[in-house]
Amino acid sequence: MANITLQAEKVRLDFPFFKRGLIYLDSAATTQKPKVVLDVMRKFYETTTANVHRGVYSLAEEATQAYEGARKKVAGFISASPREIVFVRNATEAINLVAQSWGAANIQKGDVILLTEMEHHSNIVPWQMLAKKAGAKIVYVPINEHGELDRNAIIHALKQKPKMFAFSHISNVLGTINPAKELIAEAHKNGVSVLLDASQSVPHLPVDVKDLDCDFMVFSGHKMLAPFGVGVLYAKRDLLEKMEPVLGGGDMIKEVTFEGATWNEVPWKFEAGTPNVAGVVALGAAVDYLQSLGMDNVWKHECELTKYAHDKMKTDKHITIYGPEKRAGVISFNLGDMHAHDVSTVLDQQNICVRSGHHCAQPLMEKLNVPATVRISFGPYNTKEDVDAFLAALQKAKKVFRL
Amino acid sequence: MNNEMYQEIILDYYRNPRNKGILPHPDIISHDVNTSCGDEIAMHVLVKDGKIGNCRFSGKGCAISQAAASMLTEYALGKSLEEVAKFNKEDALKLINIPISCMRLKCALLGLKVLKLGVLQYMGKKLEVQDESEN
Repeated sequence: MANITLQAEKVRLDFPFFKRGLIYLDSAATTQKPKVVLDVMRKFYETTTANVHRGVYSLAEEATQAYEGARKKVAGFISASPREIVFVRNATEAINLVAQSWGAANIQKGDVILLTEMEHHSNIVPWQMLAKKAGAKIVYVPINEHGELDRNAIIHALKQKPKMFAFSHISNVLGTINPAKELIAEAHKNGVSVLLDASQSVPHLPVDVKDLDCDFMVFSGHKMLAPFGVGVLYAKRDLLEKMEPVLGGGDMIKEVTFEGATWNEVPWKFEAGTPNVAGVVALGAAVDYLQSLGMDNVWKHECELTKYAHDKMKTDKHITIYGPEKRAGVISFNLGDMHAHDVSTVLDQQNICVRSGHHCAQPLMEKLNVPATVRISFGPYNTKEDVDAFLAALQKAKKVFRL
Repeated sequence: MNNEMYQEIILDYYRNPRNKGILPHPDIISHDVNTSCGDEIAMHVLVKDGKIGNCRFSGKGCAISQAAASMLTEYALGKSLEEVAKFNKEDALKLINIPISCMRLKCALLGLKVLKLGVLQYMGKKLEVQDESEN
Protein backbone atom coordinates (compact mmCIF):
# COMPACT_ATOMS: atom_id res chain seq x y z
CA MET A 1 0.00 0.00 0.00
CA ALA A 2 1.46 3.30 -1.05
CA ASN A 3 1.87 6.16 1.39
CA ILE A 4 -0.77 8.85 1.24
CA THR A 5 1.87 11.54 0.95
CA LEU A 6 5.55 11.45 0.27
CA GLN A 7 7.89 12.51 3.06
CA ALA A 8 11.09 13.43 1.33
CA GLU A 9 12.99 13.70 4.65
CA LYS A 10 12.29 10.01 5.16
CA VAL A 11 12.84 9.06 1.52
CA ARG A 12 16.34 10.49 1.48
CA LEU A 13 17.33 8.22 4.37
CA ASP A 14 16.99 5.36 1.87
CA PHE A 15 19.80 6.86 -0.25
CA PRO A 16 23.34 6.33 1.06
CA PHE A 17 24.59 9.06 -1.28
CA PHE A 18 23.21 11.84 0.89
CA LYS A 19 25.69 10.98 3.65
CA ARG A 20 28.14 13.02 1.54
CA GLY A 21 26.29 16.14 2.52
CA LEU A 22 25.90 17.42 -1.02
CA ILE A 23 22.74 19.05 -2.25
CA TYR A 24 21.89 17.22 -5.43
CA LEU A 25 19.67 19.06 -7.92
CA ASP A 26 20.47 17.22 -11.15
CA SER A 27 18.06 14.30 -11.25
CA ALA A 28 17.11 15.04 -14.87
CA ALA A 29 20.68 14.00 -15.74
CA THR A 30 20.70 10.97 -13.47
CA THR A 31 19.14 10.07 -10.14
CA GLN A 32 20.75 8.83 -6.96
CA LYS A 33 20.19 5.16 -6.13
CA PRO A 34 18.40 3.85 -3.03
CA LYS A 35 20.21 1.27 -0.90
CA VAL A 36 17.60 -1.37 -1.65
CA VAL A 37 18.39 -1.17 -5.39
CA LEU A 38 22.14 -1.42 -4.77
CA ASP A 39 21.57 -4.31 -2.34
CA VAL A 40 19.49 -6.22 -4.89
CA MET A 41 22.20 -5.80 -7.51
CA ARG A 42 24.97 -6.86 -5.14
CA LYS A 43 22.96 -9.80 -3.87
CA PHE A 44 22.26 -10.92 -7.40
CA TYR A 45 25.98 -10.97 -8.21
CA GLU A 46 26.82 -12.66 -4.92
CA THR A 47 24.20 -15.39 -5.05
CA THR A 48 22.63 -15.70 -8.49
CA THR A 49 25.32 -15.05 -11.11
CA ALA A 50 24.74 -17.28 -14.12
CA ASN A 51 24.00 -16.47 -17.72
CA VAL A 52 20.33 -16.17 -18.66
CA HIS A 53 18.31 -18.23 -21.15
CA ARG A 54 21.08 -20.82 -21.43
CA GLY A 55 21.97 -23.29 -18.71
CA VAL A 56 19.52 -25.95 -17.57
CA TYR A 57 20.93 -26.07 -14.06
CA SER A 58 18.77 -24.53 -11.40
CA LEU A 59 21.06 -21.54 -10.74
CA ALA A 60 20.81 -20.52 -14.40
CA GLU A 61 17.06 -20.90 -14.16
CA GLU A 62 17.04 -18.66 -11.08
CA ALA A 63 19.00 -15.97 -12.92
CA THR A 64 16.60 -16.18 -15.87
CA GLN A 65 13.63 -15.93 -13.53
CA ALA A 66 15.10 -12.83 -11.91
CA TYR A 67 15.78 -11.23 -15.31
CA GLU A 68 12.37 -12.04 -16.75
CA GLY A 69 10.74 -11.13 -13.43
CA ALA A 70 12.18 -7.64 -13.78
CA ARG A 71 10.73 -7.46 -17.30
CA LYS A 72 7.29 -8.20 -15.84
CA LYS A 73 7.76 -5.48 -13.22
CA VAL A 74 8.81 -2.88 -15.80
CA ALA A 75 5.91 -3.90 -18.05
CA GLY A 76 3.46 -3.62 -15.18
CA PHE A 77 4.86 -0.22 -14.25
CA ILE A 78 3.82 1.27 -17.59
CA SER A 79 0.81 -1.03 -18.25
CA ALA A 80 2.52 -2.93 -21.08
CA SER A 81 2.83 -6.64 -21.65
CA PRO A 82 6.26 -8.18 -20.85
CA ARG A 83 6.72 -9.24 -24.48
CA GLU A 84 6.57 -5.56 -25.44
CA ILE A 85 9.58 -4.63 -23.27
CA VAL A 86 13.05 -4.74 -24.86
CA PHE A 87 16.04 -4.13 -22.59
CA VAL A 88 18.75 -1.95 -24.09
CA ARG A 89 21.48 0.26 -22.60
CA ASN A 90 19.55 3.52 -22.39
CA ALA A 91 16.88 5.63 -24.06
CA THR A 92 19.36 6.69 -26.73
CA GLU A 93 20.00 3.12 -27.78
CA ALA A 94 16.26 2.46 -27.82
CA ILE A 95 15.67 5.34 -30.25
CA ASN A 96 18.55 4.18 -32.43
CA LEU A 97 17.06 0.71 -32.49
CA VAL A 98 13.72 2.04 -33.71
CA ALA A 99 15.37 4.33 -36.27
CA GLN A 100 17.60 1.57 -37.63
CA SER A 101 15.05 -1.23 -37.62
CA TRP A 102 11.56 0.22 -38.01
CA GLY A 103 12.96 3.29 -39.75
CA ALA A 104 14.95 1.34 -42.34
CA ALA A 105 11.85 -0.65 -43.29
CA ASN A 106 9.36 2.20 -43.27
CA ILE A 107 11.12 5.43 -44.16
CA GLN A 108 11.75 6.00 -47.84
CA LYS A 109 13.13 8.73 -50.03
CA GLY A 110 11.10 11.91 -49.68
CA ASP A 111 9.36 10.78 -46.48
CA VAL A 112 9.08 13.18 -43.58
CA ILE A 113 10.08 12.52 -39.98
CA LEU A 114 8.45 14.97 -37.58
CA LEU A 115 10.36 16.04 -34.45
CA THR A 116 10.09 19.09 -32.21
CA GLU A 117 12.41 21.98 -31.39
CA MET A 118 12.62 20.86 -27.77
CA GLU A 119 14.15 17.45 -28.38
CA HIS A 120 17.25 16.09 -26.68
CA HIS A 121 20.08 15.20 -29.08
CA SER A 122 19.15 11.55 -28.56
CA ASN A 123 15.83 12.17 -30.26
CA ILE A 124 17.36 14.16 -33.12
CA VAL A 125 20.62 12.56 -34.22
CA PRO A 126 19.38 8.97 -34.80
CA TRP A 127 16.65 10.39 -37.04
CA GLN A 128 19.13 12.62 -38.88
CA MET A 129 21.28 9.56 -39.53
CA LEU A 130 18.26 7.68 -40.83
CA ALA A 131 17.10 10.61 -42.94
CA LYS A 132 20.51 10.94 -44.53
CA LYS A 133 20.62 7.27 -45.40
CA ALA A 134 17.04 7.06 -46.66
CA GLY A 135 16.87 10.47 -48.33
CA ALA A 136 14.09 11.51 -45.98
CA LYS A 137 13.40 14.96 -44.57
CA ILE A 138 13.13 16.12 -40.98
CA VAL A 139 10.61 18.76 -39.96
CA TYR A 140 10.66 20.36 -36.50
CA VAL A 141 7.53 21.52 -34.71
CA PRO A 142 8.32 25.01 -33.37
CA ILE A 143 7.89 26.05 -29.75
CA ASN A 144 6.17 29.27 -28.71
CA GLU A 145 7.57 31.95 -26.40
CA HIS A 146 6.44 29.98 -23.33
CA GLY A 147 8.42 26.93 -24.42
CA GLU A 148 5.32 24.97 -25.41
CA LEU A 149 4.74 23.19 -28.69
CA ASP A 150 2.71 25.14 -31.18
CA ARG A 151 -0.50 23.12 -31.42
CA ASN A 152 -1.59 24.50 -34.78
CA ALA A 153 1.81 23.78 -36.26
CA ILE A 154 1.55 20.17 -35.09
CA ILE A 155 -1.88 19.70 -36.61
CA HIS A 156 -0.70 21.26 -39.85
CA ALA A 157 2.47 19.14 -39.89
CA LEU A 158 0.58 15.92 -39.18
CA LYS A 159 -1.75 16.59 -42.11
CA GLN A 160 1.33 16.44 -44.36
CA LYS A 161 1.47 12.73 -43.38
CA PRO A 162 4.94 12.31 -41.95
CA LYS A 163 5.83 8.67 -41.38
CA MET A 164 6.96 9.20 -37.78
CA PHE A 165 6.31 11.75 -35.07
CA ALA A 166 8.91 11.47 -32.32
CA PHE A 167 8.66 13.83 -29.34
CA SER A 168 9.47 14.07 -25.68
CA HIS A 169 6.78 13.65 -23.05
CA ILE A 170 8.56 16.18 -20.80
CA SER A 171 11.31 18.54 -21.94
CA ASN A 172 14.61 17.96 -20.13
CA VAL A 173 15.44 21.66 -20.47
CA LEU A 174 12.17 23.54 -20.10
CA GLY A 175 10.15 21.09 -18.02
CA THR A 176 7.30 21.50 -20.50
CA ILE A 177 4.72 18.73 -20.15
CA ASN A 178 3.49 17.88 -23.63
CA PRO A 179 -0.11 16.68 -24.00
CA ALA A 180 1.09 13.29 -25.19
CA LYS A 181 -2.23 11.47 -25.28
CA GLU A 182 -3.86 14.15 -27.36
CA LEU A 183 -0.92 14.47 -29.75
CA ILE A 184 -0.69 10.71 -30.22
CA ALA A 185 -4.41 10.51 -31.03
CA GLU A 186 -4.00 13.35 -33.52
CA ALA A 187 -1.03 11.59 -35.11
CA HIS A 188 -2.89 8.30 -35.39
CA LYS A 189 -5.87 10.07 -37.00
CA ASN A 190 -3.43 10.93 -39.78
CA GLY A 191 -1.87 7.49 -39.92
CA VAL A 192 1.39 8.70 -38.34
CA SER A 193 3.41 6.41 -36.04
CA VAL A 194 4.58 7.86 -32.73
CA LEU A 195 7.69 7.44 -30.61
CA LEU A 196 7.44 9.00 -27.17
CA ASP A 197 10.66 9.90 -25.38
CA ALA A 198 9.57 9.30 -21.79
CA SER A 199 13.02 9.71 -20.21
CA GLN A 200 11.81 12.61 -18.09
CA SER A 201 8.28 11.35 -17.42
CA VAL A 202 8.37 7.65 -16.48
CA PRO A 203 10.64 8.35 -13.47
CA HIS A 204 8.35 11.08 -12.12
CA LEU A 205 4.67 10.41 -12.80
CA PRO A 206 2.31 7.54 -13.61
CA VAL A 207 2.65 6.60 -17.30
CA ASP A 208 0.30 4.16 -18.98
CA VAL A 209 1.18 3.12 -22.52
CA LYS A 210 -2.22 1.58 -23.14
CA ASP A 211 -3.89 4.84 -22.26
CA LEU A 212 -1.37 6.92 -24.25
CA ASP A 213 -1.52 4.48 -27.17
CA CYS A 214 2.00 5.37 -28.37
CA ASP A 215 3.62 2.97 -30.82
CA PHE A 216 7.06 3.23 -29.24
CA MET A 217 8.21 4.59 -25.92
CA VAL A 218 11.74 4.84 -24.54
CA PHE A 219 13.29 5.60 -21.16
CA SER A 220 16.51 5.09 -19.17
CA GLY A 221 16.85 3.16 -15.93
CA HIS A 222 19.53 5.42 -14.47
CA LYS A 223 17.12 8.36 -14.45
CA MET A 224 14.67 6.33 -12.32
CA LEU A 225 16.84 5.24 -9.37
CA ALA A 226 18.35 2.22 -11.17
CA PRO A 227 22.00 1.65 -12.13
CA PHE A 228 23.62 2.93 -15.31
CA GLY A 229 23.52 0.79 -18.41
CA VAL A 230 19.90 -0.34 -18.60
CA GLY A 231 17.24 1.28 -20.70
CA VAL A 232 13.86 0.28 -22.02
CA LEU A 233 12.22 0.20 -25.41
CA TYR A 234 8.49 -0.33 -25.29
CA ALA A 235 6.84 -1.13 -28.61
CA LYS A 236 3.43 -2.47 -29.54
CA ARG A 237 3.85 -6.19 -30.06
CA ASP A 238 2.72 -6.32 -33.68
CA LEU A 239 5.35 -3.70 -34.52
CA LEU A 240 8.08 -5.64 -32.73
CA GLU A 241 7.03 -8.81 -34.56
CA LYS A 242 7.49 -7.12 -37.93
CA MET A 243 10.79 -5.40 -37.11
CA GLU A 244 14.17 -6.82 -38.05
CA PRO A 245 16.80 -7.07 -35.33
CA VAL A 246 19.67 -4.59 -35.44
CA LEU A 247 22.24 -6.63 -33.55
CA GLY A 248 22.92 -10.27 -34.34
CA GLY A 249 24.46 -12.81 -32.01
CA GLY A 250 23.63 -15.12 -29.17
CA ASP A 251 20.19 -15.25 -27.54
CA MET A 252 18.45 -13.43 -30.39
CA ILE A 253 18.28 -16.52 -32.63
CA LYS A 254 16.03 -19.54 -32.83
CA GLU A 255 18.25 -21.68 -35.04
CA VAL A 256 21.61 -21.06 -36.65
CA THR A 257 23.16 -23.03 -39.51
CA PHE A 258 26.31 -22.25 -41.45
CA GLU A 259 24.05 -20.74 -44.10
CA GLY A 260 21.88 -18.51 -41.96
CA ALA A 261 19.68 -18.06 -38.93
CA THR A 262 16.11 -17.58 -37.85
CA TRP A 263 15.15 -15.09 -35.19
CA ASN A 264 14.03 -15.73 -31.68
CA GLU A 265 10.62 -14.50 -30.57
CA VAL A 266 10.04 -10.96 -29.34
CA PRO A 267 11.41 -9.31 -27.33
CA TRP A 268 14.49 -11.55 -27.22
CA LYS A 269 15.28 -11.16 -30.90
CA PHE A 270 16.35 -7.60 -30.07
CA GLU A 271 18.54 -8.59 -27.12
CA ALA A 272 21.63 -10.07 -28.77
CA GLY A 273 24.45 -11.17 -26.48
CA THR A 274 24.52 -11.42 -22.72
CA PRO A 275 22.47 -8.53 -21.35
CA ASN A 276 23.13 -6.44 -18.24
CA VAL A 277 21.31 -9.01 -16.12
CA ALA A 278 22.11 -7.55 -12.70
CA GLY A 279 21.28 -4.06 -13.98
CA VAL A 280 17.90 -5.25 -15.21
CA VAL A 281 17.20 -7.01 -11.92
CA ALA A 282 18.12 -3.78 -10.10
CA LEU A 283 15.80 -1.82 -12.40
CA GLY A 284 13.05 -4.17 -11.24
CA ALA A 285 13.93 -3.26 -7.65
CA ALA A 286 13.83 0.44 -8.54
CA VAL A 287 10.34 -0.04 -9.97
CA ASP A 288 9.28 -1.77 -6.73
CA TYR A 289 10.74 1.11 -4.73
CA LEU A 290 9.02 3.79 -6.83
CA GLN A 291 5.74 1.91 -6.56
CA SER A 292 6.11 1.74 -2.79
CA LEU A 293 6.37 5.54 -2.80
CA GLY A 294 3.46 5.77 -5.24
CA MET A 295 4.01 7.56 -8.55
CA ASP A 296 1.10 9.91 -7.83
CA ASN A 297 2.87 10.92 -4.63
CA VAL A 298 6.22 11.34 -6.38
CA TRP A 299 4.63 13.60 -8.98
CA LYS A 300 2.70 15.64 -6.42
CA HIS A 301 5.80 16.10 -4.29
CA GLU A 302 7.98 17.18 -7.20
CA CYS A 303 5.33 19.56 -8.51
CA GLU A 304 5.03 21.21 -5.08
CA LEU A 305 8.79 21.54 -4.81
CA THR A 306 9.00 23.00 -8.32
CA LYS A 307 6.30 25.55 -7.62
CA TYR A 308 8.02 26.51 -4.37
CA ALA A 309 11.35 27.10 -6.14
CA HIS A 310 9.79 28.71 -9.22
CA ASP A 311 7.71 31.19 -7.19
CA LYS A 312 10.75 32.34 -5.24
CA MET A 313 13.03 32.55 -8.28
CA LYS A 314 10.47 34.60 -10.21
CA THR A 315 10.69 37.45 -7.73
CA ASP A 316 14.41 37.99 -8.37
CA LYS A 317 15.01 40.43 -11.23
CA HIS A 318 18.45 38.95 -11.88
CA ILE A 319 17.02 35.52 -12.66
CA THR A 320 15.70 34.71 -16.14
CA ILE A 321 13.63 31.52 -16.20
CA TYR A 322 12.98 29.59 -19.41
CA GLY A 323 9.88 27.52 -20.07
CA PRO A 324 6.22 27.52 -19.15
CA GLU A 325 4.52 28.31 -15.85
CA LYS A 326 3.08 24.80 -15.50
CA ARG A 327 6.04 22.46 -15.60
CA ALA A 328 7.59 19.25 -14.35
CA GLY A 329 10.46 19.26 -11.86
CA VAL A 330 12.92 21.03 -14.12
CA ILE A 331 13.83 24.73 -14.00
CA SER A 332 16.31 26.23 -16.45
CA PHE A 333 17.52 29.75 -15.82
CA ASN A 334 20.31 32.25 -16.12
CA LEU A 335 21.66 34.67 -13.53
CA GLY A 336 22.28 38.24 -14.67
CA ASP A 337 24.84 38.48 -17.45
CA MET A 338 26.83 35.53 -16.16
CA HIS A 339 27.43 32.38 -18.13
CA ALA A 340 25.77 29.23 -16.77
CA HIS A 341 29.14 27.58 -16.11
CA ASP A 342 30.23 30.43 -13.89
CA VAL A 343 27.02 30.18 -11.89
CA SER A 344 27.41 26.43 -11.61
CA THR A 345 31.01 26.80 -10.41
CA VAL A 346 30.02 29.18 -7.63
CA LEU A 347 27.13 26.90 -6.59
CA ASP A 348 29.53 23.97 -6.63
CA GLN A 349 31.80 25.83 -4.24
CA GLN A 350 28.79 25.76 -1.89
CA ASN A 351 28.24 22.00 -2.33
CA ILE A 352 25.26 22.37 -4.63
CA CYS A 353 25.19 20.18 -7.74
CA VAL A 354 23.37 21.74 -10.69
CA ARG A 355 23.71 21.20 -14.39
CA SER A 356 24.92 23.94 -16.69
CA GLY A 357 25.42 23.98 -20.41
CA HIS A 358 23.28 23.12 -23.40
CA HIS A 359 21.72 20.01 -21.80
CA CYS A 360 22.22 17.96 -24.97
CA ALA A 361 19.76 20.26 -26.70
CA GLN A 362 21.86 22.66 -28.77
CA PRO A 363 19.12 23.45 -31.33
CA LEU A 364 16.81 24.44 -28.46
CA MET A 365 19.51 26.71 -26.97
CA GLU A 366 19.79 28.36 -30.35
CA LYS A 367 16.04 28.88 -30.39
CA LEU A 368 16.12 30.38 -26.88
CA ASN A 369 19.04 32.48 -28.07
CA VAL A 370 21.25 31.63 -25.12
CA PRO A 371 24.58 29.77 -25.20
CA ALA A 372 23.71 27.82 -22.09
CA THR A 373 21.44 27.69 -19.06
CA VAL A 374 21.72 26.56 -15.47
CA ARG A 375 19.27 23.79 -14.66
CA ILE A 376 17.92 22.44 -11.41
CA SER A 377 15.82 19.29 -11.41
CA PHE A 378 14.25 17.25 -8.67
CA GLY A 379 13.85 13.69 -7.48
CA PRO A 380 11.65 12.18 -4.77
CA TYR A 381 14.46 12.73 -2.22
CA ASN A 382 14.68 16.51 -2.61
CA THR A 383 13.27 18.75 0.10
CA LYS A 384 12.32 22.37 0.58
CA GLU A 385 15.53 22.69 2.59
CA ASP A 386 17.44 21.77 -0.60
CA VAL A 387 15.63 24.54 -2.46
CA ASP A 388 16.29 27.03 0.35
CA ALA A 389 19.98 26.18 0.35
CA PHE A 390 20.08 26.60 -3.42
CA LEU A 391 18.34 29.99 -3.23
CA ALA A 392 20.72 31.17 -0.53
CA ALA A 393 23.68 30.03 -2.63
CA LEU A 394 22.31 31.99 -5.59
CA GLN A 395 22.24 35.11 -3.46
CA LYS A 396 25.91 34.52 -2.61
CA ALA A 397 26.66 33.98 -6.28
CA LYS A 398 25.14 37.37 -7.03
CA LYS A 399 27.60 38.95 -4.61
CA VAL A 400 30.51 37.10 -6.20
CA PHE A 401 29.45 38.38 -9.60
CA ARG A 402 28.74 41.89 -8.27
CA LEU A 403 25.15 41.72 -9.47
CA MET B 1 33.72 30.81 0.43
CA ASN B 2 36.43 30.45 -2.16
CA ASN B 3 35.67 32.88 -4.94
CA GLU B 4 39.20 33.76 -5.93
CA MET B 5 38.35 32.65 -9.45
CA TYR B 6 35.94 35.53 -9.91
CA GLN B 7 38.18 38.43 -9.00
CA GLU B 8 37.27 41.93 -10.11
CA ILE B 9 39.73 41.77 -12.99
CA ILE B 10 38.16 38.62 -14.50
CA LEU B 11 34.69 40.09 -14.27
CA ASP B 12 35.96 43.33 -15.75
CA TYR B 13 37.49 41.58 -18.75
CA TYR B 14 34.30 39.52 -19.13
CA ARG B 15 32.00 42.54 -19.04
CA ASN B 16 34.30 44.94 -20.86
CA PRO B 17 36.34 42.71 -23.12
CA ARG B 18 39.42 44.21 -24.76
CA ASN B 19 40.02 43.41 -28.42
CA LYS B 20 36.66 41.76 -28.91
CA GLY B 21 35.45 41.61 -32.47
CA ILE B 22 36.74 40.70 -35.89
CA LEU B 23 39.25 42.15 -38.33
CA PRO B 24 38.26 43.05 -41.92
CA HIS B 25 41.16 41.32 -43.70
CA PRO B 26 42.91 39.05 -41.23
CA ASP B 27 45.91 36.94 -42.20
CA ILE B 28 44.89 34.34 -39.68
CA ILE B 29 41.42 33.10 -38.81
CA SER B 30 41.17 30.33 -36.27
CA HIS B 31 38.27 28.89 -34.36
CA ASP B 32 37.50 26.12 -31.91
CA VAL B 33 34.85 24.88 -29.49
CA ASN B 34 35.05 23.07 -26.19
CA THR B 35 32.68 20.23 -26.93
CA SER B 36 32.14 19.47 -23.26
CA CYS B 37 30.79 22.90 -22.37
CA GLY B 38 30.08 24.67 -25.64
CA ASP B 39 32.55 27.55 -25.11
CA GLU B 40 33.56 29.00 -28.43
CA ILE B 41 36.46 31.26 -29.43
CA ALA B 42 37.55 32.65 -32.80
CA MET B 43 40.79 34.62 -33.29
CA HIS B 44 41.52 37.08 -36.07
CA VAL B 45 45.15 38.09 -36.50
CA LEU B 46 46.92 40.61 -38.70
CA VAL B 47 50.57 39.70 -39.25
CA LYS B 48 53.09 42.53 -39.66
CA ASP B 49 56.81 41.87 -40.19
CA GLY B 50 56.52 38.42 -38.63
CA LYS B 51 54.81 39.84 -35.60
CA ILE B 52 51.25 40.06 -34.32
CA GLY B 53 50.16 43.37 -35.75
CA ASN B 54 46.59 43.17 -34.53
CA CYS B 55 44.56 40.52 -32.78
CA ARG B 56 40.86 40.24 -32.07
CA PHE B 57 38.81 37.50 -30.43
CA SER B 58 35.14 36.68 -30.68
CA GLY B 59 33.00 33.95 -29.25
CA LYS B 60 30.74 33.01 -26.41
CA GLY B 61 31.26 31.23 -23.19
CA CYS B 62 31.98 31.58 -19.52
CA ALA B 63 33.75 34.49 -17.83
CA ILE B 64 36.94 32.47 -17.54
CA SER B 65 37.21 31.57 -21.24
CA GLN B 66 36.26 35.03 -22.47
CA ALA B 67 38.44 36.96 -20.04
CA ALA B 68 41.42 34.68 -20.68
CA ALA B 69 41.06 35.08 -24.45
CA SER B 70 40.80 38.84 -24.12
CA MET B 71 43.92 39.03 -21.95
CA LEU B 72 45.75 36.83 -24.41
CA THR B 73 45.03 39.17 -27.33
CA GLU B 74 46.56 42.06 -25.39
CA TYR B 75 49.59 40.03 -24.48
CA ALA B 76 50.17 38.69 -28.00
CA LEU B 77 50.19 42.12 -29.61
CA GLY B 78 53.67 42.90 -30.95
CA LYS B 79 55.04 39.44 -30.16
CA SER B 80 56.73 37.46 -32.92
CA LEU B 81 54.92 34.46 -34.35
CA GLU B 82 57.68 32.23 -32.97
CA GLU B 83 57.11 33.58 -29.49
CA VAL B 84 53.37 32.98 -29.72
CA ALA B 85 53.95 29.48 -31.06
CA LYS B 86 56.00 28.68 -27.96
CA PHE B 87 53.49 30.16 -25.55
CA ASN B 88 52.35 27.41 -23.19
CA LYS B 89 49.84 26.53 -20.53
CA GLU B 90 51.89 27.98 -17.67
CA ASP B 91 52.31 31.27 -19.51
CA ALA B 92 48.57 31.50 -20.13
CA LEU B 93 47.72 30.72 -16.52
CA LYS B 94 50.23 33.28 -15.32
CA LEU B 95 48.45 35.81 -17.50
CA ILE B 96 45.05 35.35 -15.89
CA ASN B 97 46.66 34.78 -12.49
CA ILE B 98 43.75 33.18 -10.64
CA PRO B 99 43.44 29.70 -9.14
CA ILE B 100 41.75 27.50 -11.74
CA SER B 101 40.08 24.24 -10.83
CA CYS B 102 40.98 21.40 -13.16
CA MET B 103 37.39 21.28 -14.39
CA ARG B 104 37.73 24.83 -15.67
CA LEU B 105 41.21 24.49 -17.13
CA LYS B 106 39.82 23.90 -20.61
CA CYS B 107 37.93 27.19 -20.38
CA ALA B 108 41.04 29.08 -19.36
CA LEU B 109 43.12 27.60 -22.18
CA LEU B 110 40.68 27.69 -25.10
CA GLY B 111 41.85 31.08 -26.36
CA LEU B 112 45.47 29.94 -26.28
CA LYS B 113 44.64 26.78 -28.18
CA VAL B 114 42.84 28.74 -30.90
CA LEU B 115 45.55 31.38 -31.25
CA LYS B 116 48.33 28.80 -31.43
CA LEU B 117 46.43 26.69 -33.94
CA GLY B 118 46.05 29.71 -36.19
CA VAL B 119 49.64 30.89 -35.85
CA LEU B 120 51.12 27.42 -36.44
CA GLN B 121 48.93 26.92 -39.46
CA TYR B 122 50.07 30.29 -40.82
CA MET B 123 53.69 29.33 -40.26
CA GLY B 124 53.03 26.16 -42.22
CA LYS B 125 53.77 23.94 -39.29
CA LYS B 126 52.01 20.71 -38.58
CA LEU B 127 49.07 21.11 -36.31
CA GLU B 128 50.37 19.49 -33.22
CA VAL B 129 48.76 21.70 -30.67
CA GLN B 130 47.43 19.09 -28.42
CA ASP B 131 44.97 19.85 -25.72
CA GLU B 132 47.25 21.53 -23.21
CA SER B 133 44.77 20.93 -20.43
CA GLU B 134 45.34 17.22 -20.81
CA ASN B 135 49.06 17.44 -20.08
